[in-house]
Amino acid sequence: MPAQLPDNLKFYQKRLMPMRHARLIPLLLALAAPAPVLAETYEHQLANGLRIIVKEDRRAPTAAHMVWYRAGSMDETNGTTGVAHVLEHMMFKGTPSAGPGEFNRRVAAAGGRDNAFTGHDYTAYFQQVPKQKLSEMMQLEADRMRHLTLDAQEFAQEIRVVMEERRLRTEDQPQALLFEQLSAVAFQAHPYRVPVIGWMNDLENMTVNDARAWYEHWYAPNNAYVVVVGDVDHQTVFAAAEQYYGPLPARPLPGRKPQDEPVQTGIRRLTVKAPAELPVVMMAYKVPVLRDVDHDVEPYALEMLSAVLAGHEAARFTNHLIRQQRLAVDATASYDSTRRGPGVFHLYGSPSEGKTRADLESGLRAEIALVQAQGVTPDELARAKAQLIAGQIYKLDSIFAQAMEIGQLESVGIPNAQNRRMIEKLQAVTAEQIQAVARKYFRDEQLTVAELDPQPLPTTPRARSPFAPRH
Amino acid sequence: MNPCMLLIGLCLALVAQLSHAGPKIERWQTTSGARVLFVENHSLPIVDVQVDFAAGTAHDGEGKAGVASLTRGILDLGVPGMDETQIASRMADIGALLSGGVDMDRASVTLRTLSMADKRGPALEMLRAILSQPQFPAAVFDREQARSISALKEALTRPDAIASKAFWAAMYVAHPYGRYATPESVSSLARADVVAFHAAHYTAQRATVAIVGDLSRAQAESVAEQLTVGLPSGPAMAGVVLPKLPSGGEQRIAHPAVQAHLLLGMPALRRGDPDFFPLLVGNYSLGGGGFVSRLMKEVRDKRGLAYSVHSYFMPLQQLGPFQIGLQTKKAQANDALKVTREVLATFLAEGPSETELQAAKQNLIGSFPLRLDSNRKILENVALIGFYDLPLDYLDRYPENIEKVTVADIKAAYSRHVRPEHLVTVVVAGE
Repeated sequence: MPAQLPDNLKFYQKRLMPMRHARLIPLLLALAAPAPVLAETYEHQLANGLRIIVKEDRRAPTAAHMVWYRAGSMDETNGTTGVAHVLEHMMFKGTPSAGPGEFNRRVAAAGGRDNAFTGHDYTAYFQQVPKQKLSEMMQLEADRMRHLTLDAQEFAQEIRVVMEERRLRTEDQPQALLFEQLSAVAFQAHPYRVPVIGWMNDLENMTVNDARAWYEHWYAPNNAYVVVVGDVDHQTVFAAAEQYYGPLPARPLPGRKPQDEPVQTGIRRLTVKAPAELPVVMMAYKVPVLRDVDHDVEPYALEMLSAVLAGHEAARFTNHLIRQQRLAVDATASYDSTRRGPGVFHLYGSPSEGKTRADLESGLRAEIALVQAQGVTPDELARAKAQLIAGQIYKLDSIFAQAMEIGQLESVGIPNAQNRRMIEKLQAVTAEQIQAVARKYFRDEQLTVAELDPQPLPTTPRARSPFAPRH
Repeated sequence: MNPCMLLIGLCLALVAQLSHAGPKIERWQTTSGARVLFVENHSLPIVDVQVDFAAGTAHDGEGKAGVASLTRGILDLGVPGMDETQIASRMADIGALLSGGVDMDRASVTLRTLSMADKRGPALEMLRAILSQPQFPAAVFDREQARSISALKEALTRPDAIASKAFWAAMYVAHPYGRYATPESVSSLARADVVAFHAAHYTAQRATVAIVGDLSRAQAESVAEQLTVGLPSGPAMAGVVLPKLPSGGEQRIAHPAVQAHLLLGMPALRRGDPDFFPLLVGNYSLGGGGFVSRLMKEVRDKRGLAYSVHSYFMPLQQLGPFQIGLQTKKAQANDALKVTREVLATFLAEGPSETELQAAKQNLIGSFPLRLDSNRKILENVALIGFYDLPLDYLDRYPENIEKVTVADIKAAYSRHVRPEHLVTVVVAGE
C-alpha cells in the first residue's frame, strides 16, 4: 500500500548490517558465484533527461520496476510538511486514461505487487511483476508521471487516510514520537528536522492545491530515474522506456536551497512522556556523510564503527551493555553514510529493570570513550569486513533488494557504478581511522539526547470487561 | 469475445505457461527419523537451512506459558566449549546468519551461509551443536528471563499487543492457541523447565529440515544426518487438540491511544484442508487482495476510515484463525466496525462476483513466480510443505488448484468455515 518508509523505521531495524548498499568486489569474483549470475548493470539516458538503469538477473522470470523522484520531505516548506508523502498517496488516485483505483487494479491483473515509499531524500514507486508485464508497468508509470488528475473529492478522502497513517505509525508509538522530537531538536534549520509524514496540523490544513503544486514542481522526467532489475534484456527495456517515457517533456525544476544546519555548540536535551513501560534513551551525534566516493575517508570509518558497536550479536553493545553489565535490555547504533542532507550517528536503547536512563546514557558514553582511548581490535575489524562481503552475496538473492540498492545510491547523487569502489574503500578502513572519527565527532557540542519518560496507563488493560455475547 | 471470456482465456494461458512452475523438491528421512526436504540450486554460492520443530507456543503446557519462546531464545546462547559471545563471533567471522523464532506450532532455527567449504563447514557444525547440545547456561537463563519479562510488560502497554492477546484468548477458550505468556508466567519458569522442554520437543521425530541452495543431493544428505543425529529421541509427533468454537461476542478494552484497534475472527482452517483454495481465492476479494479488495475499497477508499485494513486465514496444525483487522481514530471505531461487518455479511451471503473471482485468479496465478523468485522464498515454502506434510507437488499444482475454484465453491467453503455465530470481536481504545 502507499506507505512512507520513514527513516525512523529503518532506524529501528533490529539487526544492522554495516552497509545497506554495495556490489561485488574483485576479490569476491574469484571465490563467489558462477559466471551466469553475475548481473550486469546498463544505463541509458533519454532526451528528456530521464535515466534508465537496468540490471539483468535471470534467475527467475520476474522483474522489479521502480521510478524514483528526486523530491522528498526535505524539499518541503513550512505549512505544507508531509506533502511529498500525501502526493505519493494521490499518485494512486487516477489519470484521465486510468481512473481512481485503476492503477492498482491493472497491476493486480498483471499478477503484480505494487507500492510506494517516501523518505527525506526521495519518493519512489515500484511494481514486482512477471517479466512479460514490465512494459505495461512502464506505460502506467509514464502516464502518472505527467497526467495525474488530483481530484478534490479523492483528495478529501485520502488526506484522512494519511492522518490515520500518522496516528498508527507515530501518535501511538512512543519510540517514533521520541525519534520525531529528537530530530526536531537536533536540527533547527535543515529540513531533516521535520518528520517525513508531516506535522498533524499541516495535514489537517492541506489542500489539493498543495498537492498539485508539489506535483507540478517535481514530477518531471528530468527529476526522475527508472530502475529495472530482473530477467530482462537491457536493450528491450531501453526501447520500451523510449516508447513510454520518451514523449514526456522535460521541464524546468525549482532551485534547491542548501538550508545548511548552523554549527551546534552545546549539548541539547529533551524528554517525551508517553504511555509505555520501558524508558528509552536516544543519542544523536552530528557526523559527516559521503560526498566524494574516492577521496572521503570518514564516512567509511563511521560505517565500520557502527558495525563494530552493533553490527551483530557479538558486537560491543550486545556483548558489554546487554550481556556483561546487564545495563540494557536493548542497545544499538545506527549510521547511514548516504543521504542528501547532514549525517547523524545514533546510539539508543532501553535500560534494564532497576537501571535508570542516566545509567544507560553513561554506559553508551563509556563505549564511545573506550573506542576513543583504545580503538578497535584487528579481530573486530576483520569480523565487520567479513560480514560486509557475505552481505553483498546474500543481497544477490533478492531482485527487490538489488533494485533498492541502486535506487538509494542514485537518490543521493552517487552513480551506482561507484558501488564497487565504495566496497573497496570500506574494506580499506583501518583501526586508526575508526579511532580518529570517534575522537573527532563524538563530543558533547554535537550531541542531542532524547529520553522517553514512560507513563503508566490510566486504566489497567488486563482487567478486562466480561466477554459479552453480541445480539 | 466478452471481457469475462477474455479474462478466463488469459488465466488458462497463464496456467498452461506455469505448469511445472514449482522447484524440484526431494524428500527423505534421516536415520534418526527427521523429515528432510531439499531443493538443489547452484545459481548463488549460498546455502539456506531451516530446521522446524513441533515446539511452538501451543506446546507450552499448563502453567508454563512462555517456555517455548524462552527455550528458542536461549537455544543459541551456549554450546559445549563455547559461550554466547564465542558463538556469535564465530558466525560473524564467516559471515553466517542465524535467525528464527516461534509461532503457535513451530520453533524454527534458520541458517544462511556461504557455500564454500571453509564457511559452510563451521556454520553447519555450529548449527548442529545449537540444536543438539544447547547448554542453557544459568546466568544466560536469568538474564533472558528478565529481558522477556521487560518485553512482555512493554507489550502490555501497546494497544496492538493488548488487542491481539485478548483476541486469541477469546477465540481459543481453554485451548493452547489461546494461552499467552505473561510477566508472571515467565517469572515462574526455571532453567529446568527449558532443559525439559528442549529434551521433549526438539526431537528428531518432531523435526523437519529444509535445505535450499548450492549443495549436491549427497552433500545435503550428509548435512541432514549431521544436523539430526544427535537430537533427542522421543515419541512420534502428537497433534494439537481440536479447539471448541467460541460462542461469539464482543469485548471492549479501554486504552489512552488515539486510534482504536479492531480485530474480528474465529478459529477456521487447518493446514491441508481441501477448502484452503476456495477460502484463499475468496479472501482475495474480501480483504486479502491489497488495494483491490472489498474491505479496502469500503473502509479506506470510500470512507477514509483506516490506513490499513486486511483479512486473512492463518492455517495451523489445528484450526487457525480467520481474521479481519484495522485501526481507526477513536471516534470512528463504531462506524468502522459497522462497515466491516456489513462487508463481511454481504460477502458471506453472496460470495464474490464472477468478475471478482476472475480478478482474484488472475492475480494469484499470475503472481505465482513472485512467490518463488529467491532462495529465501523457496526455503519458506519448502519448510512449510515439510512441517505440515503437504503434498510434494503442492507448488506445482498451486495454479491449477486456484484455477478450479468457482463462486459456488467459495460460498460453500465460507459457510463451513466462517460462521457469524462464532465470530469474536475485540476493540481496544474504542471508547
